[in-house]
Parts: sequence; C-alpha cells; structure tokens
Amino acid sequence: MNKFTLLKSRAVLLPLDHVDTDQIIPARFLKVTDKTGLGEKLFSDWRYLPDGSPKPDFVLNKPESRGAAILVAGDNFGCGSSREHAPWALTGFGFRAIISTSFADIFRNNALKNGLLPVVVSPDYYHSLLRRLENEPQSELEIDLGTQTLKVAGEPVAYFPIDDFSKTCLLNGVDELGYLLGLEEQISAYEKSQMAV
Amino acid sequence: MTAKTLFHKIWERHVVTQQPNSPAVLYVDLHLVHEVTSPQAFSGLRNRNLKVRQPSKTVATIDHGVPTRSEDGSKIGRLAFADEMSVRQIRQLEANCDEFGIPLYGMQSENQGIVHVIGPELGLTQPGMTIVCGDSHTATHGAFGALAFGIGSSEVEHVLATQCLLQWQPKTCAVNIEGELSPGVTAKDVILALIRKIGVGGGVGYVFEYRGPAVQAMTMEERMTLCNMTIEAGARAGLVAPDQKTFDYLAGRVFAPKGEEWERSLARWKELVTDEGAVFDHEVTLEVSDLEPVVTFGINPGMSIPVNGKLPDPNTVGDEAQKGGLQKALDYMGLTAGQQLLGHPVDVVFIGSCTNGRISDLRLAATLLKGRKIAPQMRVLVVPGSYSVKRQAEAEGLDQIFKEAGAEWREPGCSMCIAMNGDQLEPGQYAVSTSNRNFEGRQGKGGRTFLASPLTAAATALTGKITDPRTLMQP
Repeated sequence: MNKFTLLKSRAVLLPLDHVDTDQIIPARFLKVTDKTGLGEKLFSDWRYLPDGSPKPDFVLNKPESRGAAILVAGDNFGCGSSREHAPWALTGFGFRAIISTSFADIFRNNALKNGLLPVVVSPDYYHSLLRRLENEPQSELEIDLGTQTLKVAGEPVAYFPIDDFSKTCLLNGVDELGYLLGLEEQISAYEKSQMAV
Repeated sequence: MTAKTLFHKIWERHVVTQQPNSPAVLYVDLHLVHEVTSPQAFSGLRNRNLKVRQPSKTVATIDHGVPTRSEDGSKIGRLAFADEMSVRQIRQLEANCDEFGIPLYGMQSENQGIVHVIGPELGLTQPGMTIVCGDSHTATHGAFGALAFGIGSSEVEHVLATQCLLQWQPKTCAVNIEGELSPGVTAKDVILALIRKIGVGGGVGYVFEYRGPAVQAMTMEERMTLCNMTIEAGARAGLVAPDQKTFDYLAGRVFAPKGEEWERSLARWKELVTDEGAVFDHEVTLEVSDLEPVVTFGINPGMSIPVNGKLPDPNTVGDEAQKGGLQKALDYMGLTAGQQLLGHPVDVVFIGSCTNGRISDLRLAATLLKGRKIAPQMRVLVVPGSYSVKRQAEAEGLDQIFKEAGAEWREPGCSMCIAMNGDQLEPGQYAVSTSNRNFEGRQGKGGRTFLASPLTAAATALTGKITDPRTLMQP
C-alpha cells in the first residue's frame, strides 16, 4: 500500500450528496480481473459523451482539474455497492484524499486499504471550503495525516478524525493482512475453542 | 448478567482478539464468493504464497455476469451469450476455486443462483453466524439472525487468508416496524418507506435490528427482502431475531444441522434474542398500517412516494444540497415536481434480483399476471433468483403463467439489477424493477428505474404504466 503522510494539492469540487459507487465506476467496468486501468473509467457516465469524447462541462475534464489529488464531495460519499473498484478508479485517476462531511462505511474501509484518505469535516467547514475553492480554484490544500489537520492558507485549521490503527497503517504504508497473519496463534486458538462448543 | 442486544451476542462470540487502539479481529463463519469481486483477492493470495485458510467455510457461485438467456431453456450453453470479459472472469473463478479447493456452484450446478438466494436455500445461512461476501447485499442473510455484511476485495483476501476481518464495533439501532400491512403492501414497500424516512445515509455506522409485530408477521422470504436493502439506508447489516419461522425454514435443508446436532443448534439459536432491558444506541419506529405500495421516482432508493402520491417540489425541501439533489433526480428521470407517478409510461418490467427473486416473489407476480396479457410494446423479464427457485416455479406452473402473459422466462442470475450480463435498459428507457438500486445508469447506461414491489411491477406490466396493484387484485 502507498504511504500517506503529507499531501499538498489543489482540489476538484464535486458538491453532490450521496455520490454512489455506480457513478464512481459503472458496473460494466467490473469485468476486470486486476486493479489497473480503472482511472480512465472514473465517473465514466458523467465524464464522457456517448461518442466517448470528454464532456467539456464535467469537472474532471476542466483544465484546472489536471493534477489535482484531492476531491471535495458531498455527504455520504461512496454509498451503494461494495466494489473496491471505486477506490481503485479514484487512485488510478490520481486522487489521494477525499474531503466530505461523511463516507459510506464500506467505501471508507475500501479507501483506507488503498492509501486513499477519507477526510471528514463538519458541514460548516465543508461549505466554507466550497465557497473558498469556488472563488479561488487554484488554492492549495495541505493534508497532514500525522497531525490530522487540513489547512488552506487564510482559513482556520480543520482537524479530522481517524482511528489510530488506520493512521499507523497509512503513515507506514503497511496493509492489514500482514497484521492479521501475525495473529495466527490467536486465530488457531479461537478455532480450537469453537470446535469444543 | 448484563442485558445484551442480539447484535452484541453475535459480535462478542466472534471476537478472536482485540489489541489496544486496534479494531477487533472478527471470525467469519461463512464466506460467500462470486466472480466479480474475488479475482484480485485470489491474485493477492498467490502473490504472497498463501492458501485459503478454511475452504470448508467458503462457498462460491457465479451470478453477476452470467447470461440469463438460453435457447433451449436449459443452462447448457449460457456462456455463449456472455461477452469475452465476462467469460474470462467466470473462467477465472472456476480456476481459482479449483486451485484453492473451494466448493463452487457454477455454471453446470443445479444449485447455481444469486449468492444471497442460494445461501439461505441451501441452509448455509444459519442464526448466530458471521457471514461476509464481496457484495453489499450480504445484509440479506441477517433475516436469519446472522451478522452479515458486504466487504471489499481486500477484505475478501483477508478472509480467504485468515478467516478473519478487522472491524470496529458498529453501533446498534432498533428499527421497530409497528402495525399490520394491508393487502397489496409488501416487505419491499416497508423497506422503501423506511429508507425514505431515515435517508440513504441514515444508517451509516449502525447495525439494524428489525423488530415489532410487522416483522414477526413476515415470512422468512419477506424478512430477506427487508434485510436485503438495509445497505440502501447506509447500514451494513440488519438483523431479525430467529424464531419458529426461521427454524421451520431451515429444517431439512442441505447444510442445516441434522439429528442431535440440530437439537443442539436449536437450543443455541433460541438464545439469539435481544434481552429485556438491553439498550440500543439509537431507535427508529415506522408505522405501516396505513402504508401504501411505494415507488421510487429518483436516483437513490430514498427518493420514493406512495404509488398514488405526487412528486416533491425542490423549492419546498431542506437545504441547497437537497434542492439540487432533487432537481438533478427529476431532470435525470424526465419528471416534473408535483406530478403523479401513477399512469407514467414504462418500457420494461424486471422481476428478479436478490431483493425480490425468490419463489414467493414470483408467486405474488403470478397472482396478477395469471390469465392476463402484458401491455403491447412492453418488455417483461422474469428472472428467478436460483435454479432451485426456477424448478419450484416450473413445478407450480408459474413459468407458463408468465409466458402466456407475454413475459420472458429466464435462467437465474443478477441480470438487469446490475446489467453486467447483457440484460439492460436502452438509454432513456423507463423500467419498473423489483431490484434494489435506482442509481443513474444502474440498469443500463441512460436507463431510468422505478423501484417497486413484485405486485406493483406485475400490475405495471399489464397496463404499461405505473399502476397501483390493488386496483387489479381480486377482492
């Protein structure tokens, strides 16, 4: 897994609530047997015209979105299907963090396992951030996982929550499977105890 | 002894260990696998040179990408209708199951079907279990008092390798369904009404326990419909405490315990209730005595109205985001604020899916379609949830009722619920669907979905426009 420590980047705004994983990556692209190449298909039905050319008014197609690694989106981001193809598509495009007022549970878990940081902010902060970025789209955001802070020049610092375990995994770029495999003894003991029941 | 909720009883029994500042290591009793979300997980195992820890607690089937067309009405040759990528994905699952020793109800199996339909019907799904699958509708199995939830592919890999998952303990929410359903109103209408009430994010962070007289009155299959769409309210799992109906449903099923083991299991299962005085973190109550059939009008399952109701006006709702969301939905659906859905023309009716593809759902639809014809130009797909459902329907002559009405009788699979297998809407088409998601393009790019019960779907099939099923029911 990619490490996440400090991220400085411009942001792309997608101020819609309940963006579901069918929009992030439509089901017809789930026929792959690996994780690569999905960035091209990210938000496919919003991003491309029927002939496959980019829809000029969709935010990801705007020149100022190029190179941005942060997505700012509305409440309950990533609801719906459990497809991990959603974070694979987002990271494949180049996103490393998503700022929202809340995330769907399965999406949040999937994102954390792919070095994609879900940053939860208050509704007030979210709205002021939107206003700021609408007026000054070139503003640089700074997300520091170590201090759990989100900074934009001239705005108050926002603190975001993350559990210690996920934070440690992200800071060190380690995945959870290694941790689980290290608990072999406990798992075997549990299995033995259950057989006795 | 402290009073505990049903959730806490299951959870505590499955925590292998929990280290300080770390999530619980939760043991998984049953891991269901399908072709779409598993290939990357098996590749991960290979990369690390790992085995599947408990192949006997793992069961695979093929459902999402499988074609439902079959020229001779048998399952032979169905793959001929699949695109190359789906064939490759299905072959990959077959190879993975072979290599790792996992039982597979595959293309040639008499028990193939949608993963959430076959688990219960084979008796794999049992009270008190922890059940996971790389599919958000795993919540379905909660109808048996099992803690069942969807996971991503990384977690599929974790469970394959260790039979465990890292999980923070969710909060609990009691969902009290009070009252008695009127004729023509189903479990599907109840869950759609609940999602409308609490919103598609209303359950984030919670496990639901469905309680109350309306839940007790439901059959097991109705409880499965109810639990299935729990994820559409944002909650990963929904539970119903097991009762005599649960035990009667399970008795004699292929993988249900037998003999003395059955008696021991039964004694254990009867403990799986929320104790008197146990405290939930949150509580919601839905009164259903006056509930009408519900139809969605928008682009998430929370956007619904009673079948005889009128569409909300973006100018009269909540904040800017809600106004914008509602207007976006109306625009996508080609609908106008204040209009009725009743009488709105529909091109396709889909009856099937893990929500409403069981035998009781097909029976309900057949009560309206029997001896009648579907509307001209209407396309109606009836897709059984499994081969077992298909055989039962054919034994009862339901297939004849559907075919004589003018509907297509298909082979089992997820079909037009997720539109990965060629069964899909054309851009702009309207469907009334018994499935679970009306997201933009879910049933085919540009397609427009109204979610409803099998009764409302069947009534709409007959008239070609959204119809209150009660107007066509025998008194």
